[in-house]
Amino acid sequence: MSLATNSRREFLKTGSLAMLAAVLAPHMVMAEEADVKAAIEKLYAGKSMASGKIKLDLPQIAENGLVVPVGIEIESPMTDGDYVKAVHIFADGNPLPGVISYKFTPDCGKASASARMRLARTQNIVAVAEMSNGSLFTAKQEVKVTIGGCGG
Amino acid sequence: MSDVKAPVPRVRVPANAKAGELIEIKTLISHVMESGQRRDSGGNVIPRHILNKFTAAFNGKTVFEAEWHPAISANPYQSFFYKAKESGEFVFKWTDDKGAVFEAKSKLTVA
Repeated sequence: MSLATNSRREFLKTGSLAMLAAVLAPHMVMAEEADVKAAIEKLYAGKSMASGKIKLDLPQIAENGLVVPVGIEIESPMTDGDYVKAVHIFADGNPLPGVISYKFTPDCGKASASARMRLARTQNIVAVAEMSNGSLFTAKQEVKVTIGGCGG
Repeated sequence: MSDVKAPVPRVRVPANAKAGELIEIKTLISHVMESGQRRDSGGNVIPRHILNKFTAAFNGKTVFEAEWHPAISANPYQSFFYKAKESGEFVFKWTDDKGAVFEAKSKLTVA
């Protein structure tokens, strides 16, 4: 009798653990910090990056991960001799690290742009800006996601 | 299926500007932006189909470009700035994974 109860308990315990694991297990492979680093490395291998100049405009908490505003502004005079050439934005908790890449020109007058992205879960947004003289700047900010925009 | 419909671009550009004035350009285009990460009810991956590139040119010269990844939301919005110099025409182009190009134009008069 006690043996039966025990094995039933055991069965329930392992059963519920398995169920919990199934719920918790990610249903797709997510990008990690290392993937973002690799993507940046692919673009700017071995180059040093400074902080500053980048202002990320992101919500602290995104209720809906399907539509998260992502704005960026880079401090620059935007003249022919000194302007922001390119900006890359990455996310370290999505299935793929890339979000968006911009190419600016001095004609923009201001290195600023906004779009809307999907975020699968709470994660960091990483931006890299490449100036016309080749110098690089980077910034990182976390966005907390209430309902992920995984769409799985 | 929503992606059978042709994407409809919408662009907001001021009609007039002063020389040297910074104007904000806002664009929106209807598109499902299928990420290639989703599965249908049968468990098959729904193939990726997104608009992967947006370009803005003024009087034939490219002034701004955006490369979009599958993380970009459906019906993608894009805004950016332009410093008005002379009167002319903007041409905005969106390119999808199959190479189809969708276009919108707007005129700007600089006083």
